[in-house]
Amino acid sequence: MAEKSCGLLAEFDSPEALKAAAKQARAAGYRRLDAFTPFPVEGLAQILRLPKPSISWVGLAGGVTGASVALLMQCYVNYDFPINVGGRPLYALSAFAVVMFELTILFSALSMIAAMLWQNGLPRLNHPLFDAKRFHLASKDRFFLCIADDDGRFDETEIGSFLRQIGAKSVEFTAL
Amino acid sequence: MTDRSGDVLPTDQSIGGVSDQLTGIPLHFPAERRWLIAMLFASLLLLMFVISVIALFTRGVGIWGINIPVNWAFAIHNYVWWLGIGHAGTLISALLLLTQSEWRNSLNRFAETMTLFAVVCAGIYPVLHLGRPWYLYWMFPYPATMGVWPQFRSPLEWDIWAVLTYLTVSLAFWYTGLIPDLAAARDRATTRIWQIFFGITSLGWRGSAAHWLRWSQAYRLTAGLAVPLVVSVHSEVSLLFAAGQIPGWHSTIFPPYFVLGAAFSGFAVVSIIAISLRSWFGLNNLVTDEHLDLLGVVLLATGLMTAYGYIFEIFDTLYSSEPHELQTLSDRLTGAYAWTYWGAIFFNFIPLQALWWRSARRTGWSLMLISIFVALGMWLERYLILVTSLYRDFLVSSWSSFTPTFWDWSTYFGTIGLFLVPFLIAIRVIPLISIFETKELLHEEQETKHG
Repeated sequence: MAEKSCGLLAEFDSPEALKAAAKQARAAGYRRLDAFTPFPVEGLAQILRLPKPSISWVGLAGGVTGASVALLMQCYVNYDFPINVGGRPLYALSAFAVVMFELTILFSALSMIAAMLWQNGLPRLNHPLFDAKRFHLASKDRFFLCIADDDGRFDETEIGSFLRQIGAKSVEFTAL
Repeated sequence: MTDRSGDVLPTDQSIGGVSDQLTGIPLHFPAERRWLIAMLFASLLLLMFVISVIALFTRGVGIWGINIPVNWAFAIHNYVWWLGIGHAGTLISALLLLTQSEWRNSLNRFAETMTLFAVVCAGIYPVLHLGRPWYLYWMFPYPATMGVWPQFRSPLEWDIWAVLTYLTVSLAFWYTGLIPDLAAARDRATTRIWQIFFGITSLGWRGSAAHWLRWSQAYRLTAGLAVPLVVSVHSEVSLLFAAGQIPGWHSTIFPPYFVLGAAFSGFAVVSIIAISLRSWFGLNNLVTDEHLDLLGVVLLATGLMTAYGYIFEIFDTLYSSEPHELQTLSDRLTGAYAWTYWGAIFFNFIPLQALWWRSARRTGWSLMLISIFVALGMWLERYLILVTSLYRDFLVSSWSSFTPTFWDWSTYFGTIGLFLVPFLIAIRVIPLISIFETKELLHEEQETKHG
């Protein structure tokens, strides 16, 4: 990673225009692409070749952890302080199932949300992108494509004219 | 069934317009006066709750009408009622997200908000009922010097795990869905205080495609977990009853019967809130008659399933021919508390039949009225399940009766304030309808129309 990253931010007014532009940018050989949209745009991830997220595996690990913690806790508690309730089994899996189920879900859900935030680099208070003049529209009704510099090989005028050519409504230089 | 291929949202509105309209509600609050009046009313109820709790903690649970044998009454009855209401929020949000019923997008945010505060109201009741609430921490497995542990083979211990898990997961799910909207509000905010508030709460969200991808996966999977969670939580609540031997409780129909009844009462309250908010904030373009129609259909369907539970409960009793069960049934139908049984039947199922007609579902006031009846009917149902089973149990010598006292009522009405105050604060400070999901749906509809 470069010390200070920068890129060009191009504005489009519909998800379709953004997707078309992203396709053309990929075809033209740009690799460090990102997009900023007010809602998730279907098919965009494939165009940008974003890696498949691994949240589901985190969720699975969380679930297994939750179930094990719950089972071990309940078994230990009954081992440490055994109470004979009418001769019923101490290690009653059917009775332990409820808390096991709850903790499976609790650990799984929280770990997935934490992993999502962690991998997204959130929470953070500020980001250089927020200084871009028109970027606030990315949460309203505009769709932005960002071409970042590729290890120092970054020709601002060339990329700028390329972006205008593929239909950008505005092009802005931004730090990343 | 009516044809559902049409659009839910009118397509003649722009994505930016919807964004401005919805972020505008917290940023430039349009109904200050009405909000203040509602807040005043809610605060009075909350004050009543605080006074009731102080009275309870100083004088003990004897100020309620509970006794032996009716040692579970208002506290557990309202606990079940509130928790049931809460479940509809999760079902609307999570189940309908997974089935891609996109009409939910206008309703999920305030339905989830309703869930959070309803669960708080529910969760506080068992704590109040403890008698010595300062020993609440005994419910948690911590290495006590006394060497004892909580008993995990008891449904009463399952309860605290279920409710706390439900509250935590609902809160996390609600907040995850809220992040993009807080970012939208942050970008529209013009005053410093709102910029700081939304700047911090939106966690620096910037709508990057890579972020959306991970976010969608986490959100959908959490939704997938939330649905079985709802079913498990209310089934677990029903096990508090069904695992005991009390006639009228000891039945295998209880878990599904409770879950469906919960969805039924919850959808009624969602309808009440939807209709109120839409007229309050002029949101007819987003919460349309089509939404009310769908809510009405769901209400009717869950209502009929609950009715099935009623019928099967009677069948169960008659089929078992167990004398105590038969006696409880006759107590319910003709005994001292028969008014709760027939009241529940009447309020739950008679006005509901109007929902077979499309015009009744699509008219705000009629759906509102039916929903209020349902909330009332389900309240009576929970009353009858508690009291009619307990007041005459196995031994005639232990028969007694239950009459709610002033403090029973004041605590109950107080929890309505405990629900309304944070709910009103929430609609004041956060976007009460999911902005990005509404925009997504609107864009899809516009695309199908044009192309």
